[in-house]
Amino acid sequence: MVAVVETANQTTRLPDERHALAIRGLSLVYSDGKESLREIELDIPVHAITVLFGPAGGGKSTLLRSLNRLNDLTDVRHRSGQVWFDGQDILQPATDVIALRRRVGMVFARPVVLPMTIRGNMTYGLELAGERDHKHMAMLLERSLRAAALWDEVKDRLDDPAISLSGGQQQRLCLARVLALEPEVILLDEPTSGLDPLSTGKVEASLHELKSRYTIVLVPHSIQQAARMADYAAFVLDGQLIEVAPGKEIFTRPRDRRTQDYVEGRFG
Amino acid sequence: MAASPPILSRRRYQIQRAGFAALLMATLVTVVPIILIAALILWRGAPAISWEFLTQPPRQGMREGGILPAILGTLWLTLGTGVLAVPFGVAAAIYLAEYAPESRWTRTIRVAIISLAGIPSVVYGLFGLGLFVLFLGFGTSILAGSFTLAIMTLPVIISTAEEALRSVPQSFRVVSISLGGTQWQTIRRIVLPEALPGILTGVILGLERAAGETAPILFTAAAFFLPRLPTSPLDATMALPYHLFVISTQVPGMPIRLQYGTAAVLLVFVLGMNILATVVRSRARARRQW
Amino acid sequence: MRGVAWTEFLITRWIRVSGYSAILFVLLIFGFLLREGSPALIQIPPSSLLGVRWYPIEDHFGILPLLGGSVVVTIGAMLVGVPLGITTAIYIAEVSPRSVREILKPLVEVLAGLPSVMLGFLGIILLAPSLRRLLDLPTGLSALTGALLLGGIAIPTIVSVAEDALDAVPRTYREAAMALGATRWQTIWRVTLPAARSGVLTAVMLGIARVIGETMTVMMVTGNAPVMPSGLQSLFRPVRTMTATIAAEMGEVANGSVHYHALFLIGVTLFLISLAINLIAAAVVFRQRTRAERVLS
Repeated sequence: MVAVVETANQTTRLPDERHALAIRGLSLVYSDGKESLREIELDIPVHAITVLFGPAGGGKSTLLRSLNRLNDLTDVRHRSGQVWFDGQDILQPATDVIALRRRVGMVFARPVVLPMTIRGNMTYGLELAGERDHKHMAMLLERSLRAAALWDEVKDRLDDPAISLSGGQQQRLCLARVLALEPEVILLDEPTSGLDPLSTGKVEASLHELKSRYTIVLVPHSIQQAARMADYAAFVLDGQLIEVAPGKEIFTRPRDRRTQDYVEGRFG
Repeated sequence: MAASPPILSRRRYQIQRAGFAALLMATLVTVVPIILIAALILWRGAPAISWEFLTQPPRQGMREGGILPAILGTLWLTLGTGVLAVPFGVAAAIYLAEYAPESRWTRTIRVAIISLAGIPSVVYGLFGLGLFVLFLGFGTSILAGSFTLAIMTLPVIISTAEEALRSVPQSFRVVSISLGGTQWQTIRRIVLPEALPGILTGVILGLERAAGETAPILFTAAAFFLPRLPTSPLDATMALPYHLFVISTQVPGMPIRLQYGTAAVLLVFVLGMNILATVVRSRARARRQW
Repeated sequence: MRGVAWTEFLITRWIRVSGYSAILFVLLIFGFLLREGSPALIQIPPSSLLGVRWYPIEDHFGILPLLGGSVVVTIGAMLVGVPLGITTAIYIAEVSPRSVREILKPLVEVLAGLPSVMLGFLGIILLAPSLRRLLDLPTGLSALTGALLLGGIAIPTIVSVAEDALDAVPRTYREAAMALGATRWQTIWRVTLPAARSGVLTAVMLGIARVIGETMTVMMVTGNAPVMPSGLQSLFRPVRTMTATIAAEMGEVANGSVHYHALFLIGVTLFLISLAINLIAAAVVFRQRTRAERVLS
């Protein structure tokens, strides 16, 4: 279900499709005043990669973390607006955030493997959820590692400590870890920022593969990555959504002056 | 830039060498006696230590026989202290490290812990006498002594446990939450296990101190001579530090050999825990996965 | 799932209660001491309480000699412990090579773990007789003996806190000094130590607190004569500290007697003195830490 909304500003209207997430009037201020959001209106389409790009400190991470309520961990002074997911406003206090975070998974900028084996990392989320069926977990484990293009590299060392993997492998493990929970949406916050070009390529290839089955929201670590990955792209500046458009258009023919300046490298 | 005249810089280095030598001397004056003390006690106490010494009760007004009741008493008191202090202390540390907000109440808790840490051990003994022995009617007992020692050990356990918990990287917690974990699940499955060696070290060091303390048990648990071994927590008990105190100050004609022997047993007990704590700490550092 | 949530709720409750229990305990201790000690304020006239005779058998409860005893022993201990402790800390933190450091630090920790009764024992057997012979004193059990041993007890506290403070001085300070041509020696005294001075001060304060609260060692070696110390000579004569008084006499008092309440009053005094020192030390550390954070951020 999509909330029918009137947007005054033409440039924020997306083509009509099914949307996984709908953000309405989201405003957020942290206690330290940094990286706030102002009246964000955005629809995230399913089975596509939506890219949030813009200069550092502009609110992209804040926006991303609003989608799985990870902002709750930080001191938030003020928050208003709605984020609609599966017919519910997930910003409501009554929301089951635990279940939400399983359905909206996140991959962070630095690969953070938990201090356990590869297998342990993969089954961690499932065990948290109370899953006991080992066969089921084993099936999910293999399927997710294949989807993250990591299975062949680790299938013989599942009981090794996860920290023994290379940086790129660890990050793909983090992606596989999220996939094991069978989410609907995958959020990625600069997932390749610490990785070498080869690993970056592997991660990007996986995401292209995955978008046919998941909804992906990505904060890229460079404008080039944004251009490579975006089906749709949203330009976020100083906590405001300036412009949203299909990837092919926004980097070549941006409509807003500020978007154009940023894309052309005049600031950033 | 002109080089400084050789004479001047040579003089400065001479001063430095002399100064460093002086510092080294001072350090040796501090440190060598420690080794000498330990060596002396072990050397002069070793002749007294025999199977009989460790497993028999004393005879002839302490002047012969063994110190089994004192050894057992110290073990009981240490155990009791651990059982009482660890659940409270570790839980309090978890509260401070994982749950407590930055508020006036939290600051008050921290002030309280600092205050507890600063109270002299004999004042704890006084408090234990007033509250546990008299007011609550436990009498002079292992129970009263353990409670007193437990409150005394609490600040040490809380501080070291909190530090151990804080040293676990925050990123683990964020990841666990993002995978759908609750705060307690995160603590139980990741934070606590990773902090466990550090917590254990703190507990061992805290118990080591409790085992060696005399003042808190003077009026709460210790008895000089008991005809029988304690059979329940409400019995009084002998204890190693108290025993050493009495035989070295209040028993005329006490053989020096046995005094050294008692001191040696106490020393081995305390040093043993010290070594145990060090081993736990370095093994954990080697196996760390972050 | 509901069952799991219930256990989690209980555990979280337990954690919260434990957190606040520290406050409860402090209030409990202070309250109890006050309850048992305040009758002494009523029963003993201030002129007696502030008198110079502590002789409970004849109803003399002047605590000044005890206070004096504690002060003399503490000052003596600091005269021994501070120079040795700080120089050792400087050596460990600034001069010694890493391999030596790895031996020294555990050794100092061993000293910290030695039970005070053990040091008192050695004091009686070895130190007191030696001092008696060496200095030709009537008895080796004196304030001096206590001060020497207590200095040793204070050293681990002073060393570890001061060493932490020296370690915390940012490397850039030292590098800047050396780049200007200073030797390591000059850097230590002109740059590092001044930068760490509040931490070193804290170390000394915590050492004082440690010494004032020490019981067994002083009880065994200071002679336990509640005589008002006066003049330098008193260092070589027996004294009695507040702590030793409580330990020695508590076993013999009748519950509820004036003597009993007087001992608790001494306990209150000790509590307040230690509290004051520890809180001031903590405040110094806190202020220094926030200042350092501001400078470094």
